[in-house]
Amino acid sequence: MSQLAEWMGADPVDLWTIAVAMLGNTACAIVGCYLVVRRMSMMGDAISHSMLAAIGVVFLVTKGVAFLPMFIGAVTVGVLTGVMTEGLHKAADVPEDSSMGVVFTSLFALGVVLISMFPGNDLDTRCVLMGYMEHAGLNTMSQIASGQWPVDLVRMTAMLAVVAGLVTAFWKELKLAAFDPALADAMGFHPLRVHYLLMAMVAGVCVTSMSNLGAIVVIAMLIVPAATAQLLTDRFGWMLVYAVLLSWAAAILGYVAALWVGSNAAGMMAVVSGLIFLLAVFFAPAHGLTSKWVSNMRLRLRILCEDILAQLYRAEERAAEASIASTVSSEECAEFAGGGFGGRVSMWLLRGRNQIAVAEDNVRLTDAGRKTGRSLLRSHRLWETYISKHFELDADHLHEPAHRVEHFIGPELQDRMAAELDEATDPHGREIPGNSDE
Amino acid sequence: MGWLSYNTAIVLSGTSLLGAVSGLVGSFAVLRRRALTGDALAHAAFPGLCIAFLVMQRRHLPGLLLGAFISGVFGVVLISGLRRSTRIKEDAAIGIVLSVFYGGGIVLLSIIEQQTTIGSKAGLKSYILGAAAGMVRSDVMLIGSICVVCTLLVLLLYKEFKLVSFDPGFAEVQGWPVLAIDLGLMTMVALTVVIGLPAVGAVMMAAMLIIPAAAARFWTNRLSLMLTLSAIFGTLTGALGTLATTRFSTLPAGPTIILVGAFLFLCSMLFAPARGLIASWRRMREFRAVVVRQRVLAELFHRPDQTFEKLLKRRSWSGQKLQTALHALVDAERVVKRDLKYSLTDGGTEAAKRVVRGIELWKLFVAENPQLTANFTDLDVENIDEVLPPEVVEQLEVMRSSASAGSVA
Repeated sequence: MSQLAEWMGADPVDLWTIAVAMLGNTACAIVGCYLVVRRMSMMGDAISHSMLAAIGVVFLVTKGVAFLPMFIGAVTVGVLTGVMTEGLHKAADVPEDSSMGVVFTSLFALGVVLISMFPGNDLDTRCVLMGYMEHAGLNTMSQIASGQWPVDLVRMTAMLAVVAGLVTAFWKELKLAAFDPALADAMGFHPLRVHYLLMAMVAGVCVTSMSNLGAIVVIAMLIVPAATAQLLTDRFGWMLVYAVLLSWAAAILGYVAALWVGSNAAGMMAVVSGLIFLLAVFFAPAHGLTSKWVSNMRLRLRILCEDILAQLYRAEERAAEASIASTVSSEECAEFAGGGFGGRVSMWLLRGRNQIAVAEDNVRLTDAGRKTGRSLLRSHRLWETYISKHFELDADHLHEPAHRVEHFIGPELQDRMAAELDEATDPHGREIPGNSDE
Repeated sequence: MGWLSYNTAIVLSGTSLLGAVSGLVGSFAVLRRRALTGDALAHAAFPGLCIAFLVMQRRHLPGLLLGAFISGVFGVVLISGLRRSTRIKEDAAIGIVLSVFYGGGIVLLSIIEQQTTIGSKAGLKSYILGAAAGMVRSDVMLIGSICVVCTLLVLLLYKEFKLVSFDPGFAEVQGWPVLAIDLGLMTMVALTVVIGLPAVGAVMMAAMLIIPAAAARFWTNRLSLMLTLSAIFGTLTGALGTLATTRFSTLPAGPTIILVGAFLFLCSMLFAPARGLIASWRRMREFRAVVVRQRVLAELFHRPDQTFEKLLKRRSWSGQKLQTALHALVDAERVVKRDLKYSLTDGGTEAAKRVVRGIELWKLFVAENPQLTANFTDLDVENIDEVLPPEVVEQLEVMRSSASAGSVA
């Protein structure tokens, strides 16, 4: 590590700290993914607050802050938080969020009171609440193999190994219980046991990260990378991978930013992960606000264009009945799509695609445009015929649903409807255009 | 009043008023299933507090609280925005806002602490755990005025708040401005949280909102009563907690107040007559005893003159339960014991007929409507006329008589 530090021109302590943060964040992110998909994120909040009760009780009993008793106490209290929340909700009929609120705030208060009963103890409430990442790389070194390793690094590695081992061993069970607890129960996978296994893991990563991140920033590391990953993918395996990578980004960028402005590193990691989350909210490929907006706009434009084509086709039909040439001005044509900006853009698009042609302010369909218009009208009239046959609707109630659905009926569905209906005209007596390929 | 110094009196009235207003406002948060939103709000207020401090460069309480209020409300708006327009679920949205805002607050606080030019930083450090002892007269006036404002708002908009808390969907259909009413509720919560922050701290403020209200819910099913009780519980919690901290000076105020609240909650959960655990256990036991007595009556109606041993073998009831039921029935003169054999009295026969009719009608009903059975478990067989509409009972009666006629033929 010291060679690496020399090569990068950085302080080895900083590198150790970043390494500790990355390991801790990895464990948090993995466990957090399960919390997020099970919609139990606030359980992370509750358990991390309850950790104070564990610290208080363990301190009261052992008069010290040794890691192992602390860890055992934390896991016990974590599971207990889950059990009590569930118990209040089920047995005493307290709404779930309130029961969680009652349990964790009480445990938190109990912890603070217990800790404050020993004035001058070496327990730093401030460290527990704010986190003191900067210590992680400096902490006493432990001798393992032929190297000196920071104690926190060893603990984080061990915790991560346990979490990774449990997730691998119970991969199927955890996943099934997360996505379909009823099925898991029916298949005999004991979702309740899986639930408490998860509670124990949350408590484990909380207590291990507690002195570095503090009780509340731990929640950020549990939930934020997982939620960000959820915006990026629909597959759970990838969600885990992304969450871990994002948690590394939060660790590295957060620490560097904290060095830069000279502030608390744990808080900065939370802020950085929050900013990355915000980026994902806006720019995630499938679930981001921007891509949603773009695909909505596309759909809207397609519908506007198709409305124009269908109306032009109708105008041609009417003109043919009256044996005159169809005349539609540009303005009328844009009005088919509701006019305004949308209408102008649709007209421009249709001309660009060579589906309409404008000559002397008379809009005509080209062959390509006529084909699309004809197909839309075929969908429209088939649908009117279909719903008037299968639902008792009055004639004046048929147009509106057909007008909405005509954009979503492909040739295959058209043919199936045509085959079933075997009608030449719609309920209004208008001809149903045939399949244009025939 | 020798034991109550001026300072203690100030703190005592401050925490009591704070308890009252958070009890009142918290009731709506609990009923609206927004208990944890209060928690998020309290944490999200932290960066605003720090920014206000950085801007003003001094501890000016109203200014700090304004900053806290703005960032708290912004956090809540963000939660609802994330829930509405992304695939992020509400729980994750709350967790994200809570922890990221808090992280931002820590960053700002550590920057403030490095600025040596600024004098008193009190009020920022106490943000997390609170410092009730530092309360001064103007703080109490502020809490008191918020208390008055919230009470007036609740009195004025009682019907609207009630409707939105219990059935927002219905309120929307009826044309009430649900969003605006909701916003009004959340503003009250935000005001309460913000004025409470300097005294009891973020986590404790969340508890002050939830615990008195959740405790009051055990005692009543009426909103007006729940609001009153919750305000009283809040006041008691604040006052008793403060008194405990003045008695034992090492105890931190906020957490002690919450522990008092937790104790009140525990007592309410156990002893409340309406929805308390002990009361509902007792009702359950009484109901089970009634069911056993009804089964005994039905048993003796079909097969009179049975000995205890014979009765015991008829069904899977324990000897003790059967014994108790028989004693009660003998005391009520429904059953007589002659030569170790039990049989029905005239009154008992009448009662048994009602029970048998109930059992048979329920059996028919369940057979006819298997999909409804989940809603009709644990029912007293004698109250079928109260549960089902009369025309259904009539129909069941017809089916029952035709069934028995068929079996005779």
